[in-house]
Amino acid sequence: MTPRDRIRYFFSSHRTGLSVCLLALFLLVYPAWVGNPYLLGISNLIAVYLIAVIGLNLFIGYAGQISLGHAAYLGLGAYGSALLTVHLGINPWLAMAATAVAVGLTAFLVAIPTLRLSGHYLAMATLGFNIVCYTVMMQWDRVTGGPSGLAGIPHLSLAGVAIDDETRFHYLAWGAAILVLTLGLNLARSSLGLALAAVAQNETAAASLGIQVHRAKIRIFVLSAVLASVAGSLFAHCYTFINPDSFTIFNSVELVTMVVIGGLGSIWGSLFGASLIILLPEFLHFFETFRDIIHGLIVVTVLILLPQGLVSGLKDLLRMRLLRKANNARN
Amino acid sequence: MLEIDGISKHFGGLPALEEVSFRCREGMTTALIGPNGAGKSTLINCIAGTLNPDAGAIRFTGRRIDDLPCHRRPYLGIARTFQNLALFPRLTVLENVLAGLTPEAEQSFVKSLLRLPATRHRERLLRLKAMAMLDNFGLADKARWPASVLSYGDKKRVEMARALVAGPRLLLLDEPVAGLNGAETARIAMEIRRLHGAGLTILLVEHDMDLVMTVSDHVVVLDGGRLIAAGAPQEIRTNPRVIEAYLGRMSVTA
Amino acid sequence: MNMPTLTDSLQFLFAGLTNGAIYALIALGFCVVHNTMGIVNFTQVDLVSLGGMFLYSALFLFGLPMPLALAGAVTAAAVTGMAVERVGIRPSRSDNHLVLIFLTIGLSVILRGIMKLAWGKNRMAVPPLTADEPIRLFGATILPQILWIFLLTAGAVLLLIWIFRRTTLGLCMRAVASNADAAAVVGIDGGRIRMISFAIAGGMGGLAGALVTPITTLSYDVGVLLGLKGFAAAILGGFGSFVGAVAGGVLLGVLESLAAAGLSSAYKDVIAFGLLLLVLFIRPAGLFGSAKR
Repeated sequence: MTPRDRIRYFFSSHRTGLSVCLLALFLLVYPAWVGNPYLLGISNLIAVYLIAVIGLNLFIGYAGQISLGHAAYLGLGAYGSALLTVHLGINPWLAMAATAVAVGLTAFLVAIPTLRLSGHYLAMATLGFNIVCYTVMMQWDRVTGGPSGLAGIPHLSLAGVAIDDETRFHYLAWGAAILVLTLGLNLARSSLGLALAAVAQNETAAASLGIQVHRAKIRIFVLSAVLASVAGSLFAHCYTFINPDSFTIFNSVELVTMVVIGGLGSIWGSLFGASLIILLPEFLHFFETFRDIIHGLIVVTVLILLPQGLVSGLKDLLRMRLLRKANNARN
Repeated sequence: MLEIDGISKHFGGLPALEEVSFRCREGMTTALIGPNGAGKSTLINCIAGTLNPDAGAIRFTGRRIDDLPCHRRPYLGIARTFQNLALFPRLTVLENVLAGLTPEAEQSFVKSLLRLPATRHRERLLRLKAMAMLDNFGLADKARWPASVLSYGDKKRVEMARALVAGPRLLLLDEPVAGLNGAETARIAMEIRRLHGAGLTILLVEHDMDLVMTVSDHVVVLDGGRLIAAGAPQEIRTNPRVIEAYLGRMSVTA
Repeated sequence: MNMPTLTDSLQFLFAGLTNGAIYALIALGFCVVHNTMGIVNFTQVDLVSLGGMFLYSALFLFGLPMPLALAGAVTAAAVTGMAVERVGIRPSRSDNHLVLIFLTIGLSVILRGIMKLAWGKNRMAVPPLTADEPIRLFGATILPQILWIFLLTAGAVLLLIWIFRRTTLGLCMRAVASNADAAAVVGIDGGRIRMISFAIAGGMGGLAGALVTPITTLSYDVGVLLGLKGFAAAILGGFGSFVGAVAGGVLLGVLESLAAAGLSSAYKDVIAFGLLLLVLFIRPAGLFGSAKR
C-alpha cells in the first residue's frame, strides 16, 4: 500500500466519522461567525427538531412504519418538563430525564397494541393519539394552562451557568443534536439497522431470517418517542413558554415532511429536511400567503421525482450511475 | 432430523393439508412434489413458521418446533428460500446476504447505538463471511448493487446465498429453479448436489422433474393436501397413483 | 350533573345521527379511493372544506339559487378530486403505499394553501338549504337542514351502492379493486377508473361539506377534524367496506354525541378517538372488517 492509498483508505473507511467531526467543528465556530441572536435562534430550532426528526426517520424510513402523531410525543416531553419544573419545582435536568423515561414507557404501552396494526390502521391510531393528547392539553386548563399555555418554565443550567441566551443554547442543542446524529448513524450502519431495513421491505422474509419483527418495531418506536420527548423538553426550557398549538397534527405532518424531503432512511437527509423546512419561511418572507402552497409543492415534487426523498434519492441515482460506469468499463 | 407428524392446515374451512406425515433423514435430499395447489408451499411455510398448522406436530432433531415463533427457527439451523423471491429490494446484494447472518449478529440495542470497537470487529467478520458466500455463488462483483436491479437468475442465487450463509442444518428450498433457463437450472442443480455432498439436509419443493430425479434421495408426493406416495425416485416415477394425480389433472386442464 | 331527560337524550341522538351521516359520507369517499388504489387519500379532508367553499361562492359570488348552487358545489368538488388525481398522483409512478400516502398529505397542504389564498382565513357563514323554522318531533326540535342531511346522505349512499352493484362502471371499479393487473389485461383503463374514484370521493366530500357548514361555520380548515373523523369512521367499519363505513359513521357520531352529553363536551374528541383506539386494539381490522391487511 502506498502512503497515498493508505490516506485514501483512511478517508473512505472513516467517512462518516469525519463528516460528523467536520459538522461539529463548523458548529463550534458558528456562533462566533454569525453572532446574530435571531439567526442563532433559527439554527437552534433546527437542532431541536433534528433530534425528533432523526427518531421519526428511524421509525418511518428504516422500519417502514407510518406515524402521523409524533408531535404528541414532542408535546408530552415539553409539557412533562414544564409541569414538573413549574408546578413541582423539580430540577430541569431531572424533569427532562423523568419525562423521557415516562414518555418511553407510555410509548411502549401504546406500541404493543398499536404496532400490531398495519398501514392505514396504524396511520389512524397515531393520528388519534395525537388528537387525544392535543385535546387534553387544550382542555385540562387547571393544569396545562389550556390554550393560553404555560409560562415561566426555568432555563436549564450547567455547572451553575444558566443556559439562557441563544449562544449558550446553541452549544447545548447542537451538542445534543450531534450526539443523536452520531447514535442514529451508528444504529443505521449496525446489524440491527440492517434488520430494521429488512423489516420495512419484507416482514415475512425478515422473520424467516431470525428477525423479531414486532419487537424491532416496538424498540424503534420507543426510541423515536424518547428522542421526541427530549426534543420537546429542550424546546420548553429554551423558550420558557409553551402552548398546545406547537403540538397539533399539523406539526406531526410537518415532522413527516422533514423526514420525507430529506429522505426515507437517510440520517443526513434528516438534517437537510429539518433545515429546509425551518428555513423555508425565512426565505419566503415576501410571499407569506404562498407559504403553504410552496411548502406542499416541494413535498409533492420531491415525492414524484425522487420517491425516496432528496438525499436518499440522489444518493441512489449517483450510486447506480457509478456502478453502470464501472460495469461498462469492465466489459 | 425433521419429522412431520399428522399436519393439517385449513384456510377458511378449505383443507390445504390433511394429516400429512413423513420424515426427512439427516444428510438426505427429500423432494416434495405434487400438482399445483397440492399444499407443498403451505407445508414449507408451516415448517419455516410463516404459517402455523392447525393440528399435528413438527419435530426438528427430536424437538417440537410447531409452536415456536418463526424468528426462533433460524437459530435452530432452519433456513429457507421463497417461491416468489423475497429479497429486500432496496438493500444491496451484500446487505441481503448479511441479513441472513442475523442469528450471529449483535442484538443489543445499546451496543448498536454506541458502535463499540468489539461490535465493529464482529460486523467486519460477518461482512467477510457474507462476501465469501457471495464469492461461492459468483456474485462477489455485484455485492454493492441494489438487489432490485439484478436479473431473475441472480436474484434466485442471492436468495440461496442468504439462506446458506449462516450454515443451516436444514435447508427448505421452495421451487429454486422455477423460471430459470437451462444453464441457470444446471448451476443450481450443481449447487444442490454440492450441498448434499457436504452433508446438508435438504427439503426441496420443485416442479422440474429432471431436477427432482437427479438430486433427491427420497420423494414425497402430495395431492389435494394429502400424502399419496413416498419412496425412492425410481419407485415414484412408476407409481400409478402419482401418474394418475398428474395425468388426471392434465386431462382436466388440457 | 343531572341525568338528561328523555327529550334531551332524543336531542343528542339527533345531533349524533346528523354528525354520523356526515362522517359516513366522508368515510365513503375514503373507501372508494382505498378500494381502487389501496391508499389513504388525505386530500379527502380538504374536499370537505371545498364543498362548503364552493357553495358559499355559488350563492354569494354567482348569486345562484340554492338547488343549483348545491349541485354546482358538489360537481366542482368532484372535478377538484379528479384534478388532484390527474395532476398530483398519477405522475408518481411509485407503487410504495407509504410514498403515495405522503403524496396525498403534500397535496392536502397545497389545497389548504390555495383555499386560504382564494377565500381568506376568516370564518364565514353559509345559509341552510331551506328556511330555518325548527320542526318539533317527539318533543325534540330539529332543524330542516338536519332532515336534508339525512335525506341527501341516504340518497348519495344508495346512488353509490347502485353504481357499484348495477352499472358497468361499478363492475370495472370492483375489478380494479380486486386485481388491477388482471383488470388491465381485460382492457379496463386503470387510470380512468382511479380518476373516477377520486371524482366520487370529491363529490361525497363536497356534499358533506356543503351540508354541514350551515350548522357549523365555514373556514379553510373546517374539513380537517370532520375529515379525520370520517377516516376514523371508515377504519371503524373495516376500511373499504361501504356498509361498514356507514355503520362506522353513524356509530361514531351517536357515541360521540351521547358521550358529550353524559360525560363532558370538552373532551368529546378524546372520547371519540379514545374509543377508536380501543376498538383497534381489540379488533385490529375494525368492527366490521374480517381480513387482516
